[in-house]
Amino acid sequence: MLKTRMSGNEAVAHAIRQINPDVMPAFPITPSTEIPQFVASMIANGEIDTEFIPVESEHSSMSAAIGASAAGARTLTATSSCGLAFMWEVLYVAASSRLPIVMAVVNRGLTGPLNINAEHSDSMGARDSGWIQIYAENNQEAYDNFLQAYRIAEHPDVKLPVMICQDGFITSHAVENITLWDDMKMKKFVGEYEPQHYLLREDEVMAVGPYAASGYCMEAKKAQAEAMKRAKQVILDVAKEFEAITGQSYGFFEGYRMDDAEYAIVAIGSVCGTAKDAVDAMRERGLRAGLLKIRVFRPFPAQEIADALKNCRAVAVMDRAEGYNAVGGPLGAEVMAALYRAKAKAEAVNIMYGLSGRDVRVEDVEKLFDELVRLGDGEQVYSETCPYIGLRE
Amino acid sequence: MRQMTEIRWHGRGGQGAKTAALLLADVAFNIGMHVQGFPEYGPERMGAPITAYDRISAKEIRVHSNIYEPDFVAVVDDTLLHSVDVTKGLKEDGAILINTGRKKEQLLPLLNDYKGKVYVIDARKVCMQTLGKYFPNTPMLAAMVKISGVMEKNVFLKEMECSLQHKFARKPEVLEGNLAALRMAFEEVC
Repeated sequence: MLKTRMSGNEAVAHAIRQINPDVMPAFPITPSTEIPQFVASMIANGEIDTEFIPVESEHSSMSAAIGASAAGARTLTATSSCGLAFMWEVLYVAASSRLPIVMAVVNRGLTGPLNINAEHSDSMGARDSGWIQIYAENNQEAYDNFLQAYRIAEHPDVKLPVMICQDGFITSHAVENITLWDDMKMKKFVGEYEPQHYLLREDEVMAVGPYAASGYCMEAKKAQAEAMKRAKQVILDVAKEFEAITGQSYGFFEGYRMDDAEYAIVAIGSVCGTAKDAVDAMRERGLRAGLLKIRVFRPFPAQEIADALKNCRAVAVMDRAEGYNAVGGPLGAEVMAALYRAKAKAEAVNIMYGLSGRDVRVEDVEKLFDELVRLGDGEQVYSETCPYIGLRE
Repeated sequence: MRQMTEIRWHGRGGQGAKTAALLLADVAFNIGMHVQGFPEYGPERMGAPITAYDRISAKEIRVHSNIYEPDFVAVVDDTLLHSVDVTKGLKEDGAILINTGRKKEQLLPLLNDYKGKVYVIDARKVCMQTLGKYFPNTPMLAAMVKISGVMEKNVFLKEMECSLQHKFARKPEVLEGNLAALRMAFEEVC
């Protein structure tokens, strides 16, 4: 174990070094570019023997990843924003072909206006593509999540691709303290990839991605949907094993001071660190405040989230991706649906924040808690279904 | 000492303000602190104003916002004083450090009546005398360590010697110049 400091992109690259995957096709895009850069350096320095494939676009990087993974190779790529959008049609091919590809997503908003900063519109846009999605608050979590990714993706109950997401620049380019785990322990934890069925297997002839007639296609989709459900248990099992080695505890989400919380924020990503400081400040003022930080968005742990929020008086669900649906964002919609299904009594509001890297301060989150108190008292606090915070007036 | 020290760096793209911020985070980490060093990104190009930040704390740092009320500000290029509000939010019990060839008195009118301490250093002079090339990072880093007191001079110099030895393992001839620049910056900042 080594206590050091590095950026979120370096942390993911370090995990890749420890795993030494077989194939990485990649095309550069800010702010994820450093990841393939670091990997290319590690290959040039002889630290890993990953086959790096420079390609001419992200559509090609995902297509090459699909080919490599179908051939039986442990495969990864990295991207952001429009790069992820350009992979769109093949993302579904990767998932429906049940290929355990891992992709480092460094979240950045989709154009336009053209912007390079943190937003979740890229990966949230791909939320229904059949990929597992795991999000990080900081560099440590981006590292730890990446180390767990192949164990989840390659599990026989799952066989699905995984996105390991972190916020562009805010964590990808910020140098922070981190604890790195021993190479040998991590190599043992991740293990060798031994696929059952793959194209380069000599004694088994198979096809990948053929046409499926209506008579069979729906069954394939149902089977894929079931795999996503089974991923839940695997994610928890892998986290438990990871904790036994590292002491780092992970689940579907982290409840920060949620045990007796009456007012809760639900959010994803780097803003959760800021929100923790706000929770502590509100607690000092005597308010029972808490934070539910979503780590796993796909599969969506609806029942578990509703259980964690069921005793709250008021909840604010924060989205870093506009839905352009006249209602709100994706996390808001799914958390509220979960609360409804569980017949929860909490008042809930969807909050839009941080678009295109708009900064969020501790004070902004404290103000949100003040509003939640009024909301919990039945007051009409907001004039919109999804109010924005941090918007210029 | 403050529970958390927050520092904002102003520079122009290409001058190394981001590198200075990351170097400071590095050296503070080396003495056992929790650190954050990060740039604020926009459409960067050479010569455009840029901002970078440091947080240094004995406790874990969780907040992920920019710094609005810094304890210290460093200005790598004094022409920025005409276009950027460098003292914005700067605490009055803190200080500002400016790299300039001009006299401190000439700069004071450009600081929006800032009430805290003002320090200047001629990083070009330090660099030319010690390195023979202009790398304002190195003297600015030492000057910031001195005015902020985030660590003792001797601890800082020892840490820097270790990390520079590592960094310049293949170019030992530049090590002495860099160390001389750091030591001279400690004396020159006023």
